Amino acid sequence: MSDELLKPDELIANIEPAPPRKGWMDTPINIRKGMYCYASNHKSVASLDLPNARPWNPLEDDWKLPENWKDIIFNGFRERLDKFRSFKVFMDICVRCGACADKCHFFIGSGDPKNMPVLRAELLRSIYRNDFTTAGKVFGKMVGAREMTMDVLKEWWYYLFQCTECRRCSVFCPYGIDTAEITIMGRELLNLLGLNIDWIATPIANCNRTGNHLGIQPHAFKDMLDFFVEDIEEITGITVEPQYNKKGADILFITPSGDVFADPGTYTCMGYMLYFHFLKEKYGLDVTWSTYASEGGNFGLFTSHEMMKRLNSKMYAEAKRLGVKWILGGECGHMWRVINQYMDTMNGPTDFMEEPVSPITGTKFENAKSTKMVHIAEFTADLIKHGKLDLDKSRNDHLKVTFHDSCNPARAMGMLDEPRYVINNVCNHFYEMPSNTIREQTFCCGSGAGLNAGENLELRMMGGLPRANAVKHVHEKYGVNTLSCVCAIDRAALPPLMEYWVPEVEVNGLHEMVANALIIPGENERTTDLRGEPLAGMEGDDVE
Amino acid sequence: MKLGNILSQKKSTIVKKWFDSVAKTYAEDTAKFLKNQADPFANPVGGSLSTGLEALMDELIQGMHRETIVSFLDPIIRIRAVQAFTPSKATAFIFKLKQVIRQSIAGELKEKEIADELLTFEIKIDELALIAFDIYVECREKIYELQANEMKNRTYSAFKRANLVSEIE
Ligand code: SF4
Ligand code: SF4
Repeated sequence: MSDELLKPDELIANIEPAPPRKGWMDTPINIRKGMYCYASNHKSVASLDLPNARPWNPLEDDWKLPENWKDIIFNGFRERLDKFRSFKVFMDICVRCGACADKCHFFIGSGDPKNMPVLRAELLRSIYRNDFTTAGKVFGKMVGAREMTMDVLKEWWYYLFQCTECRRCSVFCPYGIDTAEITIMGRELLNLLGLNIDWIATPIANCNRTGNHLGIQPHAFKDMLDFFVEDIEEITGITVEPQYNKKGADILFITPSGDVFADPGTYTCMGYMLYFHFLKEKYGLDVTWSTYASEGGNFGLFTSHEMMKRLNSKMYAEAKRLGVKWILGGECGHMWRVINQYMDTMNGPTDFMEEPVSPITGTKFENAKSTKMVHIAEFTADLIKHGKLDLDKSRNDHLKVTFHDSCNPARAMGMLDEPRYVINNVCNHFYEMPSNTIREQTFCCGSGAGLNAGENLELRMMGGLPRANAVKHVHEKYGVNTLSCVCAIDRAALPPLMEYWVPEVEVNGLHEMVANALIIPGENERTTDLRGEPLAGMEGDDVE
Repeated sequence: MKLGNILSQKKSTIVKKWFDSVAKTYAEDTAKFLKNQADPFANPVGGSLSTGLEALMDELIQGMHRETIVSFLDPIIRIRAVQAFTPSKATAFIFKLKQVIRQSIAGELKEKEIADELLTFEIKIDELALIAFDIYVECREKIYELQANEMKNRTYSAFKRANLVSEIE
């Protein structure tokens, strides 16, 4: 009997077997709950005329693919290699130096080697070698090639939806390989087989139908803003009068619908409204909202180039219909990637709008010369620089602020200093996170590129760990209680992330703080911020 | 108190071996990264392990302050509670310490006094494991709570505030 008893070593080894030491190609995929998003609703897929709309479940063996799915992938791959030179180059030039390997927040947080950017890219590259290179055809696995199989396809789906297309890895690649672009191509290919996720497909279907991701109709959009009017009045005594669908307005304002419909983005939205009121009263700035182009975000970016183009075109269509001079864009992440990198070639250049010039300062926004769309942080920074805003910084004294560079404004647009300049002019307490976690090297929120669902929360918490860890550091060191950002997805994704890792920290938007500080002619003395939280020194009787 | 002195002297080797045993619960490449990247912001998992394990060892040797223990154990467990571990795998590393210590002081253990002291010391390790278990469950509960509230919190509360939804009373 006693011979059969395990030794202590062996006992613990049973609980804790070391992970298999195999090459990545031989490590089988295990689709784990908490790590993946639900398959898309087939009705959404069908409404967009995307291929292979049908109910399916990633956990089942049969993914209900068309019989010739391998041909579809092969042809789709070839077509994209011909069409996008960058894709072909990225497939060819990686030397597997490993510089990108430990730079991805999903690898850092999950410890899963297949989340190393280089391996994520190898998922596609191995098939590329096999199908499109002579060496791969001849030497196969020896040169890192492998055949497309159902297991490979499942691996693609699982890991391409564990990439937030944040481009952090590309910052470190000596060849400038952008793994995000590879993920984008991979997701396009998956979409050819109807392998999408619902958190992307349904928002797109909604956006296509009603103009925004949530499927809110124009009247409800207006109802929501009207409600903010009341709230603003209660807090400031000022009645703001937002303009809707105004033909001939100077400027069309477009922001992600998350700002209008989801807390805490709603406070940023109230911030915009108060801010536009100030600019109208003081300088006659003529801004209109649109209840049709009611979405700045564009989940088409996470689906296909064609879909991105389709959703993006409504902005221009609405600008044309209203006859505005140019478009002002709100605080959003991927919306700016689309605008800055793709819009001009997809739907532009626009010939019906004017080159954006601030009517208040005369500043020409040269960078937006072709797209005709200006980022609100730039617009505000310019106004502050020219002394056009009356600001009382002390109204944000209850906030100890740090700033999260959202991946897209930072890495796809290079907008690093404008938000900081604004923060420094509206807040007295601003603290930077460590330098290897901000600016170009910023860590993703872990929920971008359509991964901000509820069912993949473990993935999101792991992916967001490096960001949260840096926030925790400034919270412990300086007492930071506010994580500010210029992205609506961040404002939805970061609160649960904070709640899990650093519960003492709240999330807000830049223009929420601008509006807190803005001195508006005729306003009541402010005792609270836009959230109704008491200002410093106004906490009531229990605080001296 | 003999054991305490021995463990204090050998602390850095013990902690290093303990760290290695945790690193081994990950894939090979990951284990290398966890050990080699010293910047805690580039490597938060390795960072919280190296500060955490050392501090926990101190607590085991010097006295068991629950608050201090939680403050160092929580970040480690919080991470493992969302990674691909079962509850037992997420917390087994604590029991590993027993093995690491027994191996590191094999010679000294021949002395009865030290061997006796070690039995008491190991009860403290068990206590640590129980605390880890509490934290683990708390983390998982938090995940479920966040999951349940995810949609409700954000969109729903905004609509409710705006009186755009009505509920059955
Ligand atoms: S783009 Fe971001 S999420 Fe994707 S592999 Fe690179 S670092 Fe990771
Ligand atoms: S850094 Fe660039 S070249 Fe090096 S492995 Fe990564 S993608 Fe390949």
